Amino acid sequence: MANIRVPDPRRVAAAIAAPLIAVAIAGGVSAVLLVLTGHDPAVVLNTLGNRLGETNTLMDAANRAIPLYLSGIAVAVGFKMNLFNIGVEGQYKVGALTAAVLGAAVTLPGPLHVVFCLLAGLIGGALWATVPAVLKVKRGINEVVSTIMLNFIAISLVAWLYTGVFKGSAAGELNTRTKYLPESAWMPDLVSNGSHRVNSFAIVAVLVGVAYYLLVWKSRFGFQLRASGANPFAARTSGVDPTKMVFRAMLISGAAAGLVGLPELLGDKHAYTDTFSVGLGFDGIAVALLGRKHPIGIAIGALVWGFLDAAGRFLDLDGIPREIVTILQGVIVLAVVITYQVAEQFAQRRITAETAAKAERLDLEVAG
Amino acid sequence: MNVSERLGSLSTAQRTVATGCSLLLLISITRVWSGADDLTSAGTVGASLRLAVPIAMAGLGGIYAERSGVVNIALEGMLVLGTWFGAYAALEWGGWAGIAFGIVGGMLGALIHAVATITFKVDHIISGVAINIMAPGVTRFLTATVYDRPTETPTIPTANRTGTFTVPLVSSGLESIEHRHWFLVSDVAGVVRGLTTEVSWVALLAVVVLVGSWFVLWRTRFGLRLRSIGENPYAAESLGVSVVRMQYYGVLISGACAGLGGAFLATVQNSQYKEAQTGGRGFIGLATMIFGNWRPGGLAAGAGLFGFSQALPLRQGDLVGPLLLLVAMLLAVIAIRQGAAARWRQAIAAAVGSAVSAIVYAQVDELPKQFIQATPYVVTLVVLATASQKLRPPAAAGQIYRRGGAH
Repeated sequence: MANIRVPDPRRVAAAIAAPLIAVAIAGGVSAVLLVLTGHDPAVVLNTLGNRLGETNTLMDAANRAIPLYLSGIAVAVGFKMNLFNIGVEGQYKVGALTAAVLGAAVTLPGPLHVVFCLLAGLIGGALWATVPAVLKVKRGINEVVSTIMLNFIAISLVAWLYTGVFKGSAAGELNTRTKYLPESAWMPDLVSNGSHRVNSFAIVAVLVGVAYYLLVWKSRFGFQLRASGANPFAARTSGVDPTKMVFRAMLISGAAAGLVGLPELLGDKHAYTDTFSVGLGFDGIAVALLGRKHPIGIAIGALVWGFLDAAGRFLDLDGIPREIVTILQGVIVLAVVITYQVAEQFAQRRITAETAAKAERLDLEVAG
Repeated sequence: MNVSERLGSLSTAQRTVATGCSLLLLISITRVWSGADDLTSAGTVGASLRLAVPIAMAGLGGIYAERSGVVNIALEGMLVLGTWFGAYAALEWGGWAGIAFGIVGGMLGALIHAVATITFKVDHIISGVAINIMAPGVTRFLTATVYDRPTETPTIPTANRTGTFTVPLVSSGLESIEHRHWFLVSDVAGVVRGLTTEVSWVALLAVVVLVGSWFVLWRTRFGLRLRSIGENPYAAESLGVSVVRMQYYGVLISGACAGLGGAFLATVQNSQYKEAQTGGRGFIGLATMIFGNWRPGGLAAGAGLFGFSQALPLRQGDLVGPLLLLVAMLLAVIAIRQGAAARWRQAIAAAVGSAVSAIVYAQVDELPKQFIQATPYVVTLVVLATASQKLRPPAAAGQIYRRGGAH
């Protein structure tokens, strides 16, 4: 008998419906908050809707989605191994500073210089992720706790370094920063119309996404990673060393995190400055959850997140604080996670019920 | 009988007092040695107390949540909510209304966390991250809606703030002793004065809450039940404890504590709500909870220590340098104790740390402020890495509980 696995249509429907329900819930909660504070939810919906048709806003959204996507991938790699890397926030700062300092210190021809900076970022992020990896493997310290601590240590360390030893700005300058990267390390814009642009780092982001897919779903390592993430005991029995997997997963996650700050560094600011973005690591957790750890899902999540960031600005013009978008984002994450959770419970219950029914039928056949 | 055996035969309370006294002795030596007389002045001690309160309240919130089995990294977000609601109500109705509303604000955040993690069984960390993303957005939105500027509230007038108290005879009587700068005697006088001069009533409330929490958690039936579900919810369930209800209590009390800390931060320590005012204090609270081994006593010690280290850079003159001297001596003591117990690796590590601190103290004129900012986090990581055998987190913290789900 041919045993072809057709995806359960009910399951597919649930996968599509869950995020839509979540967005609807988030919209509802935000609407209530708006009404309570004396604003008109229709105006918000209208403004955000109109922005969907604006090329400028969409370009901003796409540009913003680049670091968010990288951050989401970094978090998702950890998730696949049941590791919660909250430390992307610190790892991307260390990675960006490493790339900024090393990149400004060398002279290399164009593309090679960019690659050098990318490698520096990867290594910087991975090195910072080595600390929680070692602490977990050697001392059994939960990575959530250690990476929270290391985020703050990274912030202090990076601030100390770029305002001290690696300071490249003159005394009277408005912003403290490292030395500017030479032009050979700059990454050009893919499309630009003056004030709005999408940087070519988008290509790197796509490549990272492909690499993530191949690594996790198409490689032996990825199989072991998912196996030990799903059931560490079974994986160990079949010869996968879980400590080694933890170590590698954390390092890969950290390396990907090391790239998060680079679109801004190579494509925009060209130095590590005190105006550098913060919070990308935490947004990455949200984006990874929205995208259900799948490379394409994460891309959609990053674009939605980027769009809300870019379009929210226009709400101020309507007299509605743009922070409603931040609230919307937070509610979306919670609602998405909750709806997935509920959907999963329903599915689980149905499977249990179906199995029970099947068993009963078998019993009857045997008895009959 | 050697030193460590003798220490081992003491009760916990006796040991705490002994540790506190030796610490004060070391600080006193540091002060005389370095000539930094402000180190134990009433001003520094008072500032340490003010800085310690929000950290301690956040940490206490962490204890309540984790003791009931729910990991709460949303303390930071609840603290943020506490600052805004506290400042808003203080501006509207006065200081104590501010404290009450701060508590309510923290509990609102906690309610979201409870519904998500307990009712909908969302991963505790994920819910915490979402709340931490959301809370600053909520407060900024509310500030922009209610006030002119989106980043801060107006200044709370003195009439709308909770007051302070000074213990009459003690404070003035010890003043002259403190200013003599005698070894140890003046230090004790400074500490006592710092804890009795212009102390906020809310700080006193926080101390009462902290001590009360120890009593509630370890001496009442409620506390026993709460702690039991943090250790093994299914065992507690089999004895008829309603795990879900207890977890709701735990998380809501957790939010109330963090909200109190936030209200203190905005209305007592400062006189307005400002964006990013909490500056990671919720996470320092989390660190302090770990440092204090999930117990109120240890938590108080940790909060005091971190508050003290944060107060030093705010004072006149260089107090951070002497802190290094203190660390050097502290590590030297640890090295000797570990050496006496023949734990050579630990002894050598502590000795090396001591030597490095001493060298840095001798060579470096001014310690960067970033080092002080990172201190609580580094200390917590070091404690986790070296003393993880002695730390005992609630066994079921972070696990998802399903009613009747025991196998």
